[in-house]
Amino acid sequence: MPILEAENICKTFDRTEVLKHIDLSLEKGQVLSIIGSSGSGKTTLLRCLNFLERPDKGIIRVNGETLFDAGDPATQSEASIRKKRLHFGLVFQSFNLFPQYTAMENVMLARRLLAAEQPDFKARKKEIYEEIEVQAKTLLEQMGLSNRRDNYPHQLSGGQCQRVAIARALALKPDILCFDEPTSALDPELTGEVLKVIRELADKNTTMIIVTHEMSFARDVASHVIFMDDGTIVEQGDPMEVFGNPKEERTKQFLSHY
Amino acid sequence: MSLILEQMPVVIGALNAGFLQTLKLFFVTLIGAFPLGLIIAFGSMSRFQPLSLATKLIVWVVRGTPLMIQLLIIYYFPGLVLNNPIWGGGETGRFLAASTAFIINYACYFSEIYRGGIQGVPAGQEEAGLVLGMTKSQIFWKIKLLQMIKRIVPPMSNEIITLVKDTALSRIIALQEIIFAGQSFMKGSHGISGAIWPLFFTAFYYLIFNGVLTLLLGRLEKKLDYFR
Repeated sequence: MPILEAENICKTFDRTEVLKHIDLSLEKGQVLSIIGSSGSGKTTLLRCLNFLERPDKGIIRVNGETLFDAGDPATQSEASIRKKRLHFGLVFQSFNLFPQYTAMENVMLARRLLAAEQPDFKARKKEIYEEIEVQAKTLLEQMGLSNRRDNYPHQLSGGQCQRVAIARALALKPDILCFDEPTSALDPELTGEVLKVIRELADKNTTMIIVTHEMSFARDVASHVIFMDDGTIVEQGDPMEVFGNPKEERTKQFLSHY
Repeated sequence: MSLILEQMPVVIGALNAGFLQTLKLFFVTLIGAFPLGLIIAFGSMSRFQPLSLATKLIVWVVRGTPLMIQLLIIYYFPGLVLNNPIWGGGETGRFLAASTAFIINYACYFSEIYRGGIQGVPAGQEEAGLVLGMTKSQIFWKIKLLQMIKRIVPPMSNEIITLVKDTALSRIIALQEIIFAGQSFMKGSHGISGAIWPLFFTAFYYLIFNGVLTLLLGRLEKKLDYFR
């Protein structure tokens, strides 16, 4: 069974159709890359999966459970959507770290708040907080940021910020980790350090969806590639196929720029 | 010079009493205008068009007319035009009218500062909180509030310093604040008349008080300097 299935996702902003009947499926441990020019709907698709936008039509299933069905209002209450979001993690193009918190605090904050909702929180508070702290330290170490734990975002480079943001998303152990052009705000050198971390996650079979303009990275790291244009999936398949031997004229045209 | 030294104790006593009234008006205005400004800010940001338009109209009128005129209208209009002197007479009535005018006036200025602070927090902050499973209230209290305060403090400091000096306008409805007290020595008061120096001397009170405020507000700003 696929870990993620999206069926017939449609989204319109002010009469502009941004997503037109998108179908998508992803197996556990797979890395899906979504490529395409700006305005093709890639980011909107990711935002729909994370419930930052509400699709006008369509169904989203994770592990067979229907999380969202545009035709069923019961799946759309604010409170239930909050829990459902936790199946997904999202790393933003502009990091969106919380500036008033250190790297450690950024990674721990959401888990601490969620822990407070557990019934045994009061009795085990100290234990739970310790566990969260250990996890955050491990994650930052994994991101190569052990010596940056107590720095605030404005004291970090863009690449370091993005790695903190990745650790922050991983802290909640999402089923699917999504990246929205994670290196578009970085210079080539910093891009390299972020891509290296994502590559390591791929090696550990982290299920990921990566919207990116880094074509060679998409080819190397992805197990499946989708090329989007004008709100539709124009072509998809094995990265070697899509990049090496594109079938559609529009795909060829797009890839010729790289 | 020796005359001034002779008059000094009496004058200082009277100016102190006047300055107490100035301080009272200052603090009452802050206490009233801080929350009222927030309500007006939410009103003008409301998605309910009639409410946001009405609020914006009020803010436009209040910010577009002199506070002195507003003081006069609020104090005299009910009694002279409506034949309903709601403020009552005496110093208490004048203080109530002055406080009302100042609170409304300053709330409108504060509302614009709040609005800037609230809208200045990037949308990405809320989105990051949402995808991390936070509730709207957690996002407000744990993420946005401090960032708003940081944005609000510098422009708010300016308004607060201005307010200290604006309290002098309440002289126009004869509120017995420090300017009134200083001026009284020209016409004659406490056995002293024809003395203009007490009026000039009031400037020191404003200067010292604003100096203290500037220090305190600067400290607050510095406290929030640890992040950007």
